[in-house]
Amino acid sequence: MSWMKREKQPNAPYDGDKRILFPFDAHGLAPSALDAALRLARSQGGTLVPVFLARVPRQLPIDAALPRQSQLAVPMQDAVEQRAAEYDVPVDSRIERGRSYRHALRLTIQSERFDMIVLAAAAGQGPGFNAGDVAWLLANAPGEIVVLRPAPTSVIAGG
Amino acid sequence: MARGHHKIFLGMAAGVGKTYRMLQEGQAEAETGRDVVIGYLEPHERPATAQQAEGLVTLPRRGISYRGNRVEEMDLTGILERAPELCLIDELAHTNAPGGLHEKRFEDVNDVLAAGIDVYSTVNVQHLESLNDQVSELTGIRVRETLPDAVLASADELVLVDITPESLIERLLAGKVYRPEAIQPALDNFFKIENLSALREVALRQLAQDVEAKRLPSESGLALRPGSRRERLIDTQAQQAIGERLLALITPHPGAQRIVRRAWRSSQRLGAELDILWVARATPTAEQSEQLEALRRLASVLGAHLLVEQGDDVALVTQRVARERNITYLLMGPPHERGAIARMLRPSLAMRLLQALPGLDLRIVANRTRAAERDIPEIEL
Repeated sequence: MSWMKREKQPNAPYDGDKRILFPFDAHGLAPSALDAALRLARSQGGTLVPVFLARVPRQLPIDAALPRQSQLAVPMQDAVEQRAAEYDVPVDSRIERGRSYRHALRLTIQSERFDMIVLAAAAGQGPGFNAGDVAWLLANAPGEIVVLRPAPTSVIAGG
Repeated sequence: MARGHHKIFLGMAAGVGKTYRMLQEGQAEAETGRDVVIGYLEPHERPATAQQAEGLVTLPRRGISYRGNRVEEMDLTGILERAPELCLIDELAHTNAPGGLHEKRFEDVNDVLAAGIDVYSTVNVQHLESLNDQVSELTGIRVRETLPDAVLASADELVLVDITPESLIERLLAGKVYRPEAIQPALDNFFKIENLSALREVALRQLAQDVEAKRLPSESGLALRPGSRRERLIDTQAQQAIGERLLALITPHPGAQRIVRRAWRSSQRLGAELDILWVARATPTAEQSEQLEALRRLASVLGAHLLVEQGDDVALVTQRVARERNITYLLMGPPHERGAIARMLRPSLAMRLLQALPGLDLRIVANRTRAAERDIPEIEL
């Protein structure tokens, strides 16, 4: 597992309760990255904010209901909360939508309070964010950012 | 190359006959002239199962040394080289010993399907990832080997192999499931009528949910089931004809998302609309507004309707909304413990709603997250 870390910006939002953002999408999430995020949340007495990023196809209105992606998001959010319960870490789940995953990510960092983002970089065809999204996030998101490279074969997927 | 066809035989527990049924159907396919092989079979020393496998080609297993022992795993490379038309693979949720191409057998199966080979496989319902918590709560036993729900959802066919809990216990007692020395421990632990009945219900619901999922139209460009040959029936009008409508009663706090997700799952099974209600006594605080916004986004993605009503009496407002919107099913979080005097002075919200709305089903959604238990505010009475 490799990781990069950026220094926390002085103006990053922080109100006493550390909030660790953990974005993922319909392609699944890497258990190793989730565990890392949970360990960080536990060590800092913080809250994990798992964010499912939903992609709205161009032909649909941006606020359209997304039943197929909901079928993936709901079990994944449940799985994250189950894992968080094992770590005794509080969870405050989110779903954010956008025309692309990066768009949804941008809206997430605009609308959410957070101190740190933990995300998995894609390994091969596995889940996670591609190099372009990671670079964009490092350049644009405030707060600490931890990028993890997950094991390529291990995935929590929705149903 | 077209992806192979995947048929999964789902059961409530070991011994219901999944492997037997898979072999039976494999034999039938072989009889029609198809090239059918057994990629991996876990006969569990069951003579009837072994007999059913006779005549089918069983591919050699791959031996691996693991912690000083020799274990045998399915030989993925051997299957791909042999390239049969149909491959029978037992125990989809199995975790491979280290040293193979993949960590989990379902990943091996994915490679077999990608090679254009049809696969029949088996799994028990307690292995499903999203049901792990529920099954653990029902049976007191947590299953370590889990299977992502997406694997089941992407299968072309799902066959429920179902027998009554009583019949399964009879089979167990007759030595058809486990060796004699393993029967009593099994009866003392997992194989109890109440456990099996609960698991059977979960399996039946899972199948019903799968049928519902097949009826949903695709609204997204996301290829959930690439290459799937299943028909998609677009019949939402028919789904709603039964007239169920759900209401999730929440307060804006992080645990509300779980209640909404649980309500949405129920609404999907029933083909029903979902409303979400918060009865606000005063202007929301900053924290409540933040949670409300998150709930609004969740509701929007799920296709649910978030309602915020002002009122001092939650039961009265809920009663009004339930009547106006023809609610048939209400879900809410667990009430907080109240003292004896408080209980005497005023019945709980749940009791008041049951009395006021006798035609309504009420479900209390348990909170299983230890950390969240500390933080959930009570619905204001």
